[in-house]
Order: sequence, then C-alpha cells, then structure tokens
Amino acid sequence: MSQVRVLVGTRKGAFTLTSDGRRDNWDVAGPYFAGWEIYHMKGSPADANRVYASQSTGWFGQLIQRSDDGGVTWEPVGNEFRYDGVPGTHQWYDGTPHPWEFARVWHLEPSLTDPDSVLAGVEDAALFRSSDGGRSWGEVPGLRGHGSGPSWQPGAGGMCLHTIIVDPSDPERIFVAISAAGVFRSDDGGETWRPVNKGLHSEGIPDEDAEVGHCVHRLAMHPSRPEVLYMQKHWDVMRSDDAGESWNEVSGDLPTDFGFAIDVHAHEPETVYVVPIKSDSEHFPPDGRLRVYRSRTGGNEWEALTNGLPQSNCYVNVLRDAMAVDSLDSCGIYFGTTGGQVYASADAGDTWAPIVRDLPAVLSVEVQTLA
Amino acid sequence: MIRVVLPAHLRTLACVTREVELEITGQPTQRSVIDALEARYPPLKGTLRDPVTQKRRAFIRFFASEEDLSHEPPDAPLPDAVVSGAEPFIVIGAMAGG
Repeated sequence: MSQVRVLVGTRKGAFTLTSDGRRDNWDVAGPYFAGWEIYHMKGSPADANRVYASQSTGWFGQLIQRSDDGGVTWEPVGNEFRYDGVPGTHQWYDGTPHPWEFARVWHLEPSLTDPDSVLAGVEDAALFRSSDGGRSWGEVPGLRGHGSGPSWQPGAGGMCLHTIIVDPSDPERIFVAISAAGVFRSDDGGETWRPVNKGLHSEGIPDEDAEVGHCVHRLAMHPSRPEVLYMQKHWDVMRSDDAGESWNEVSGDLPTDFGFAIDVHAHEPETVYVVPIKSDSEHFPPDGRLRVYRSRTGGNEWEALTNGLPQSNCYVNVLRDAMAVDSLDSCGIYFGTTGGQVYASADAGDTWAPIVRDLPAVLSVEVQTLA
Repeated sequence: MIRVVLPAHLRTLACVTREVELEITGQPTQRSVIDALEARYPPLKGTLRDPVTQKRRAFIRFFASEEDLSHEPPDAPLPDAVVSGAEPFIVIGAMAGG
C-alpha cells in the first residue's frame, strides 16, 4: 500500500509525519536537530530515501544535513557557500547599498533525476548547486551576473531566493523567485538568466511595473503544464500562461490577495490553493478564520475551504514553503502554521484535520508519496 | 593538551558528551585550536567561524579563566592556564542567541 511522508521544518527542529495511503493515522517522529531552525527539507524525486535538510541558527550558522534512509539518520555534509567573485552590493532596507552576505539556505531543490544533484536558494539571494550530494557547493553565477542585483532589496524575511522550479519537460529551464527582486528564468541550465516579471505591479518600488524589484512570495507549477505558473505575490495572486513572459492577476473574489503559500492539485492543473492573509502587517487570516481558498478555474473564482479548520480566534500565519500536495489518487493537501499545527486534507481540500497541532512554528512542509 | 568545552548543540553535532581534549602542535592559539577541533570533528566546520571569511561568528564567545578572549587576535597565544590544561577553553553561545 502506498505511504505518505510529510517533512516538516520548524523554528526548533525537524519532524517527519508518516501515514499509509488512507492518511487518517499518523506517526510523528522528531524533533531532529532539536533547537535549530530547519528552513526546509526535501526528498529526492529520484530516490525517496535521499532527503536534504537546511539546518541553521544565529549561533552556529548554516549546516546541510543529508539522509539516505528517509530521514531516520542524518549526516552533516558541506556548508561552505562562497559567492562567486566579488559579491558586490544590493539595496538595504533604507535604499543604501549593502554588501552581499550569506545568511542561510531557504530552499533545497533536489534534481528530478540525480539524487546527488541539488540546488539551494540562499539569503542573501543567490543560487548554489551541488553535484556530490551536498558535500560541496558552487554558486550558479549567471543569476547574480544578470546585473540587476544592486537594485534587489530584502523583504521582511530577508533577501532570500525561496523558490526553485525545474521544468520537468526541459531540465534546462529553471525558474527562481527572490524577495524582493522577482522571478528569473534560465533556458540554458542556469548559465544565463533574465527577469520575467512583465505584468506585475508593486506599490513598494518607485516604478510599480519595473523589470525587477517585486516581492514575489511563491511560485507553483503543475508538472504536466510547465508553461503555466501561479504566483502568490506580496499582494496579488498572479498567473502566467507563457512561462513567465507575461502575468495576469487572478485574485478574483479572494477576501484578500496578500499571502505566502500557493500550490497546485496533483492531478488537476487548473485547481489552485492559497491561504489568504489579512495584510502585509497583519500576518494572520482575515476575521480570525483559517480558510484555504481553492480555485478550480485556474484563478479568479475561489471557494473557501473551512471544514475542519478553526473558524474563530485563529491568528496564525502560513509561510511560503509551508504548503504541499501528495500525488495519491485522491490528492492530499498539507500546510503548516506558525502556531505549530500541520493540517492535512485527504480529499483535495474538502475536509481538514490536524496531523499534529503543537509543534514549534512551522517554516516548511514537503510531502513524499511513497510506493 | 588543550581542554575545550563546547555548548550543548555542538556536543550533539560532534557526538561527544563532555569536554574534548586536543593536542596542538606549536603555540596554541584560537586559530590552531579551532583548526584542530574542526579536523577532529568535521561536523563542527563552520560552526564557530564563518567557513568563507574565517571570522568568529557574532554569537560565539570564547572564555577562559573567567576572562573573555573573544576579541583577542586569532593568532594570539592562549593563556598559560589553558595551554597547560589547568583551565578549559570555553566556547559559549551568546546570551542573545538561540
């Protein structure tokens, strides 16, 4: 029978949640790396036992952990993230130049085909690659070499490269998103990059439709339609039908179009999920009601999913890497909150239940569907 | 022989349960002690000092004999009491961390 493994990164350690395909009884293991921030964990699509984790603290810096048994045991691997050449400057919060400084790894994206190959999105924003299972890392220099880096600025969480999507039909095509710079696309495996932000409008920058400078919070793609991208921006939910060449707003009838997480149903490319958050300063659901919104039309028309979610006095946030889907026939949707709950729906969002509800603040959720 | 006391998280990472003892060739300094520590316990590499800049991490402090050595030059000789093993070289996570 199939199994599901949910990888949960929190402010104070990592947890793995496992269930059979019914997804009604869950085993909770952890905390692994207790006391450390786990910004992200992700399993290799080519080998489910290979899992990477980003482990850091303000005390001891960054470590990368690797598991070869599905997250039961771990080995620290390479943690030297050296920017290529002279790092240069980006904009600081106050608009002054600020030197590029490595802070942490926000996101790990294992290769679709090679368990030893993995990309890392870091703060201050850059893309790194390892080809030896995380033992050594080198910057993918073409991204910052695009030349717009001096105009990039931090979002509230830091200047992070938080989203990496590799086109499953063309591994030479890679999308990344940076807060606050925007979306960049490479069509040559990372050698060269260009911004793909046409159609985005952001009030926090002098030129609202500038080529770069947008605070993109998250991108999502369905593997069967890699030219269609969904975006949760700082404000606005956006859609592109041409691999980022142009974007259109699909916020439609959402109660607020601010938010962080966005994902796509595993079998329905037009079914999209977001968790609306009240505003850029009030990082909690509107009216204290935790609602996932689902669109079955690729945006614009949204329905609130509330069955099993708290509908009063709920003031948690759902961060950008904290939503994921499984690929079972009845698609499972999962998300974690800053209140430490991990909610799951085994019926594509119709009903929800907490798998676990008192973890440290959840930073990331990933799902592995195991045969 | 230099005795080094590590904070709990680094003891876990190094898989040790108590203070560690290091043999140092030549004059013991902060740099040579950390070099020896990282060589013996590779998971600690980069945790006390940035692996690229080699600078002490801002939230790491070095104490010995009730003195703060954090701002001593990395190649300055360690105090005699540390060199003789009478006192440990203590690595501390700053109060503000965690």
